[in-house]
Amino acid sequence: MTHLSRHWRVVSAVASVIAMLGVFRPARAAWQMNLGRGVTDLTHQLWTLHMVMLAVCVFIFLGVCVVMAISIGRHRRARGVTPATFDESIGLEIAWTIIPFAILAALAIPGASTLVALADTSDADVTIDVTGHQWLWEYRYPNTGVHFYSRLAADSRRAELGVDGTRPADVSHYLRDVDHPLVVPVNAKVVLNITSSDVIHSWWVPALGGKTDAIPGRTNHKWFTADAIGTYRGQCAELCGRGHAFMPIVVKVVSKADYIAWIKARGGQAPAAGALPDARADGPDYAALARQERLTRSQAMTLGRHVYQAECAACHRNSGAGMPGAGYPALTASPVATGPIARHIDQVIHGKKAMPAFGGQLSDAEIAAVVTYERNALGNAVGDMAAPDEVGARR
Amino acid sequence: MSQISQPGHRPVSRPHGVAPSRLARWFWLANHKDAGAAYLVLAAIMFLVGSGLSLVIRSELFAPGIQFVDPAVYNQVVTLHGLIMIFGGIMPAFTGFAVMMLPAMIGAPGMAWARLSGPVFWLLPLAVVLLLSTPWIGGGAPQTGWTMYPPLIMQTGASLPVFIVAVCVTALSGFISSANVFVTLIRRRAPGMALLRMPLFGWTWLVTAFLVMAVMPVLAATMLMLGADRYLATDFFGGPDGSALLYQHLFWTFGHPEVYIMVLPAFGLVSTIIPSFARKRLFGYNSMVYATVSIGFLSFMVWAHHMFTTGLPLPAELFFMFSTMIISVPTGVKVFNWVATMWGGAMTFEAPMLFSTAFVVMFMVGGFSGLMSSLSPVDFQYHDTYFVVAHFHYVLVPGSIFAMTAALYYWMPKWTGVMYSEGLARLHFWWSVVWINVLFFPMHFVGLAGMPRRIADYNTQFTDFNQVISLGAAMFFLGQFLFVYNMGRCLARRGPAALARPWDGARGLEWTLASPWPHESFTQGARVDARELAKPD
Repeated sequence: MTHLSRHWRVVSAVASVIAMLGVFRPARAAWQMNLGRGVTDLTHQLWTLHMVMLAVCVFIFLGVCVVMAISIGRHRRARGVTPATFDESIGLEIAWTIIPFAILAALAIPGASTLVALADTSDADVTIDVTGHQWLWEYRYPNTGVHFYSRLAADSRRAELGVDGTRPADVSHYLRDVDHPLVVPVNAKVVLNITSSDVIHSWWVPALGGKTDAIPGRTNHKWFTADAIGTYRGQCAELCGRGHAFMPIVVKVVSKADYIAWIKARGGQAPAAGALPDARADGPDYAALARQERLTRSQAMTLGRHVYQAECAACHRNSGAGMPGAGYPALTASPVATGPIARHIDQVIHGKKAMPAFGGQLSDAEIAAVVTYERNALGNAVGDMAAPDEVGARR
Repeated sequence: MSQISQPGHRPVSRPHGVAPSRLARWFWLANHKDAGAAYLVLAAIMFLVGSGLSLVIRSELFAPGIQFVDPAVYNQVVTLHGLIMIFGGIMPAFTGFAVMMLPAMIGAPGMAWARLSGPVFWLLPLAVVLLLSTPWIGGGAPQTGWTMYPPLIMQTGASLPVFIVAVCVTALSGFISSANVFVTLIRRRAPGMALLRMPLFGWTWLVTAFLVMAVMPVLAATMLMLGADRYLATDFFGGPDGSALLYQHLFWTFGHPEVYIMVLPAFGLVSTIIPSFARKRLFGYNSMVYATVSIGFLSFMVWAHHMFTTGLPLPAELFFMFSTMIISVPTGVKVFNWVATMWGGAMTFEAPMLFSTAFVVMFMVGGFSGLMSSLSPVDFQYHDTYFVVAHFHYVLVPGSIFAMTAALYYWMPKWTGVMYSEGLARLHFWWSVVWINVLFFPMHFVGLAGMPRRIADYNTQFTDFNQVISLGAAMFFLGQFLFVYNMGRCLARRGPAALARPWDGARGLEWTLASPWPHESFTQGARVDARELAKPD
């Protein structure tokens, strides 16, 4: 058992190192090595799936390499060995057919549930019709009358062509900037109806989720709910001819008030105040909460729910029911979530078996909050709370 | 059992007992060694051309901004790089190894349809010339990449029909040559060489040939439908109901088995070479055969994993995710079996073994990134990025091409009677193995960071890694001239003489022939000694 958990510690350590290399170097985007975590619940789920899958792959890869390296070290003629004569082992061969199968099944289940969530385009707060053209994007907000085209920004164009000696390094966001960005409200479910007028394009902003192909004569749907105000950049991802590299996508996620103001400024009919979800409209400032040294119970539960849905729900499900069949235990009434709080905090910090170590990615406040949430929601009512300094002390 | 004259084992390269003229000999290529050599020479030239095209790509991507080629030309280079490497390089090279080696490995005097080899082979240079002429025909070559998706391909100018004919001709050639290999393996094995005793390279080619015969007609038909849309006013792929997607389904019905067509023979080569240098029989021969057959079967059921982002209905997304994940099980079995073959052996690391070992490790890298991509929701992020470019290049270059390199070092002494320089070969190996990773590994990083594939120009955040990648490409390319030189020395018969069995652990009927091997072999049938079988009774 200790042997096994040591292996898993190696897996999560490797995953954490890779995560740190890739993600926590925003100042050096130039050397970004990993998938970004994005700004929606779904992109967080995708990121977690990606990291778990990567860790499993790296673990098996290294395992095979180690066995091979030992063999190369020991079983060489130069050491005067006599070759063995075995050439089969039914037990081994069955084992290495069945075990990978089981590992795959455990990975496929959270994959499938995320896929189901991706496909749910119902209950849109904002709907936008997106049409790809060679080589620009057209956006139409059907209920407001707002309609515009979005082209590569002029300074990127100048740098591409070298006009007046302008070089790519001289412009900000070379090839990732447009004249008119798409504007959407924060914390609102945005559904895009994506099509094309000529050839196939693909609409992709990594921070908002995966690609969706824009296919002439067909409308594909994509949804996202951005949880942070900001500007997110992407570009066409399907080869569409000469200008393929030159049709970027920029999405500005703004507050509900700014969104309504923007619609009016573009001469559109602003949605009624109630059309956008008030409760979520400007949302809690999770980033600020995550930096706090103390949390009230309600702050802890708010932040905890947010962290839980982003990091934990892919495996333990929104309800806390987990997927026991795939080896992801329920949190509802679980010995960890209802037992000693110190053990609970340790497990979140250091991980266990398939569960990655979150100590490297989450702040003290986030870990305290998610522990508090898991103990007092999801059908649990332990009543206690974890404090950020308690988490700091256990790292 | 020796020297038994078997029905069907008549001498094939000299019909009517008359020595053919040189022209007739090279036209008909009735001798399987001539035919194999022709395929390998064509493949070598095409690898050079395809690599040259990739160097154009890597030059343009060395820095942001447009430096060398217009984006329209860049796209054409991308299209031709893929097609030349696949249809001009990898497939002819594997066919070359099959035609050259399989008759000798199964104790046959030649291919089943000996005089079909030549005409079928000569279709390929024709197709390649047509393909390479398209950039100079009004409007240039298609700008679609090797996948040739409509509606974009319909924007191609006057070169479209030439292009379609070229692809159809390669499909025809591939179909007939594979049928020839298939029939040879089924009908021409020497007595005593049961199917389940045959070298694994034979098994992997048996399945490959089946796949080729199954999917080449699909490719050709799909191409002809494109042509009909252009010239016969049909609307297969241009309809208002999004029928461009129909093309993708048809293309990947061909395209996914094609992926295995380009890697199964490599499995066979490596499964032949590793036991030779481990001095131990291949571990799990039967499970290797079953794994090969299952991969062939499953390869028909996973095509839409290339289309996860096209808006497939949810049940289809789920089905293709699961079926794709399952295909990694038999692939894993193969890797584990290779390692188990090494385990307990008495290994030496001459060049064929070095390249085969590197194959196993780096093929795993490509296999694992493939497994990651099978997870459909995450593939929405990976799809059409450099992560995928890294994935399939790991499978094809340090995968298939390293296996071919290993095989050339392995059999060149048999073909020429001359040993290559082991020192140069080691230098070639270490040089290649370092630079290939400098070339392809950072592609994972830029892909995950968000760089789409097939773009002529990129955001400045991707500059650093792209410079590393381009450096790797140039250095890897240069290193291959060591290989060309080393092989050229053998072909020029310069170097120490090779023994009939230069590798003391090698098994197989081909090693019972002298080195260099005679132009005609096993004309009176082969004597199958159990010690030469891949799997003893």
